[in-house]
Amino acid sequence: MTTTPPSTPPASGPGAFASSGPLLEVKDLHVEFRTKSGVAQAINGLNFSLEAGETLAILGESGSGKSVTAQTIMGILDMPPGHIAGGEIRYRGQDLLAMKPEQRRLLRGVNISMIFQDALSSLNPVLPVGWQIAEMFRVHQKMKRKAARERAIGLMKRVGIPAPEQRVGDYPHQFSGGMRQRIMIAMAIALEPDVLIADEPTTALDVTVQAQVMRLLKDLQTENNMGLILITHDLGVVADVADKIAVMYAGRVMEASDVYEIYAKPGHPYTKGLLESLPRLDSAETRLNAIPGLPPSLTDMPTGCPFSPRCPYATDLCRNELPELLPIVGQHTSACHYRDDIYHGRLQTPEEAQT
Amino acid sequence: MSLPNTESFDENAEVVLEVENLVKHFPVKEGLVFKRQTGAVQAVDGVSFQLRRGETLGVVGESGCGKSTLAKLLMRLEEPDSGSIRFRGQDFLAMRGEALRHMRRKIQIIFQDPYTSLNPRMSVGDIVAEPFKLHPEAKPAQGVRKRVKELLDVVGLDPDHINRYPHQFSGGQRQRIGIARGLALNPDVIICDEPVSALDVSVQAQVMNLLKDLQNEFGMSYIFIAHDLSVVRHISDQLAVMYLGRLVELGTDDELYGAPSHPYTQALLSAVPVPDPTLRGDREEIVLKGDPPNPANPPSGCRFRTRCWKATDICVTHDPELTVRPGVTQEVACHHAEPNTRVLPQEV
Repeated sequence: MTTTPPSTPPASGPGAFASSGPLLEVKDLHVEFRTKSGVAQAINGLNFSLEAGETLAILGESGSGKSVTAQTIMGILDMPPGHIAGGEIRYRGQDLLAMKPEQRRLLRGVNISMIFQDALSSLNPVLPVGWQIAEMFRVHQKMKRKAARERAIGLMKRVGIPAPEQRVGDYPHQFSGGMRQRIMIAMAIALEPDVLIADEPTTALDVTVQAQVMRLLKDLQTENNMGLILITHDLGVVADVADKIAVMYAGRVMEASDVYEIYAKPGHPYTKGLLESLPRLDSAETRLNAIPGLPPSLTDMPTGCPFSPRCPYATDLCRNELPELLPIVGQHTSACHYRDDIYHGRLQTPEEAQT
Repeated sequence: MSLPNTESFDENAEVVLEVENLVKHFPVKEGLVFKRQTGAVQAVDGVSFQLRRGETLGVVGESGCGKSTLAKLLMRLEEPDSGSIRFRGQDFLAMRGEALRHMRRKIQIIFQDPYTSLNPRMSVGDIVAEPFKLHPEAKPAQGVRKRVKELLDVVGLDPDHINRYPHQFSGGQRQRIGIARGLALNPDVIICDEPVSALDVSVQAQVMNLLKDLQNEFGMSYIFIAHDLSVVRHISDQLAVMYLGRLVELGTDDELYGAPSHPYTQALLSAVPVPDPTLRGDREEIVLKGDPPNPANPPSGCRFRTRCWKATDICVTHDPELTVRPGVTQEVACHHAEPNTRVLPQEV
């Protein structure tokens, strides 16, 4: 697969916004869920930025806060119980969190758009798919029905649905999983957004279909010079398509870097453990190096580094003091007290040191 | 291209399960009052394989290819239309009553979704002890509760959690409860239906290691159903690739991953993303067109021909048999079988 080099920001965005700084920037974001059984800290100080034409992968296990991140950026977080406790999300320099709901609605779908994991539950089962795609044009561009329908057919053709003229009136249940995901993609790119957030877009699909959908997304990104945020738990998909990667754990970014760096020289024990625990096609090793234990509960975070209870290298320093996300080399950052030692492979587990 | 499996099974071991020409078609009926059969979904159509003691057979295929129906047939949760299943030489399908009940103890299953396969109103102790209720003759001499604690310990759970309920456990821990239940009756064969696909990566490796350790300890055979070829590679000795109810390729791990010869196997392998960005563009990429055809109305001849780039006239008219083809050591159901290693990640 060809990679698109991060290109220069587009010359002209939608008129209302001055293009200064990155396309999308998240600064020190905190999100919590206030429930009866306590406050769950879903996101604890998240930072990243995205440029046009760039693919940022947010990698994490369930409960790491990656989907909450997507929902917060889109402004579709359920509040309550969700609560944004602090931070900024800047789109072309403007803070989305400071905007009025009406203002944000004008951006949603037009400038920032999203694809969900489960296409069947994200599409309306009682409306034809063509109607649902055309709705984007009717609502946002006040287009007439017939013209909107034509545009919908054009989009269906673009995302690779065979015979779109005949299928425009079909309902979601008449399509296969891969085709439904293509319809979701058609809706998401209908208004040519600058930022596309894809939340596990291929997790529910079979491998052969997954390859088709990822290729489509990548082609569309290049065509429209979109910034793509790919939220996934699949280290394989990330390696195939991402430019940058942020590894999340317990609501924090543990490590962020250029995609080539992180696979070759991980700078955080969690990333290292994930890469080692992965079953690989090119290895027949029977035993996998599993990470022991479980991710921490969000209502009861350990003091110090959240990964310390599972970390083979953890010391008293890790258990007491929370490490900050600091650079190792260039753009490669890691939230580990021993980031340099991990990066250079100098660190030993207590067992290794004994033998 | 790879080292042989170090903990490989004994190739002369006893054949535990022998499946021959298994067929299951589900009728499609139409009409409100007078139902007539208008077709049949050919879920499993002529599947044959052998499973030896201590061996793991991986079954791989996309959704709808019939792999879960195959699991149900092997459990006799569904009755096949034709074909035979021989368990240690005995005809499993002919068994009735007491003999069947006795035999059921020997084949157990672990389900995909640890959230729906455990009864939320039963404590862990009751869930794991339930097999003994159904098979009182298999009750352990040392007492059920003691044995349940032992089982929990074996699968890596705290035996003191015996009175807890499923919702108090995480996904990986629940899957361990399911495994403990599967182990309770000392089965000879365990069917694992996508046991790790609902789990997170870091937990997935723990469960895979557990399954492997249990096999080494107790010498059971596994039928490991999955859609993820990289997961299967780590556990299986033999691999079967399924497409629309048929096996299209059957061979040892090394044969299939070393020299995949059916175009479908090659496409599956090529579609598995490899977690190494430096390998981008190094492999041949085969992106199949379209979706699998409707199993109620499969294409004539070779079932894969509608998505195959090698298809010729013979594929339309002649159904390829699953057999050893020239130049290949494993069984392949393709007229144009030819090993292709370019779809695999190359050794660095």
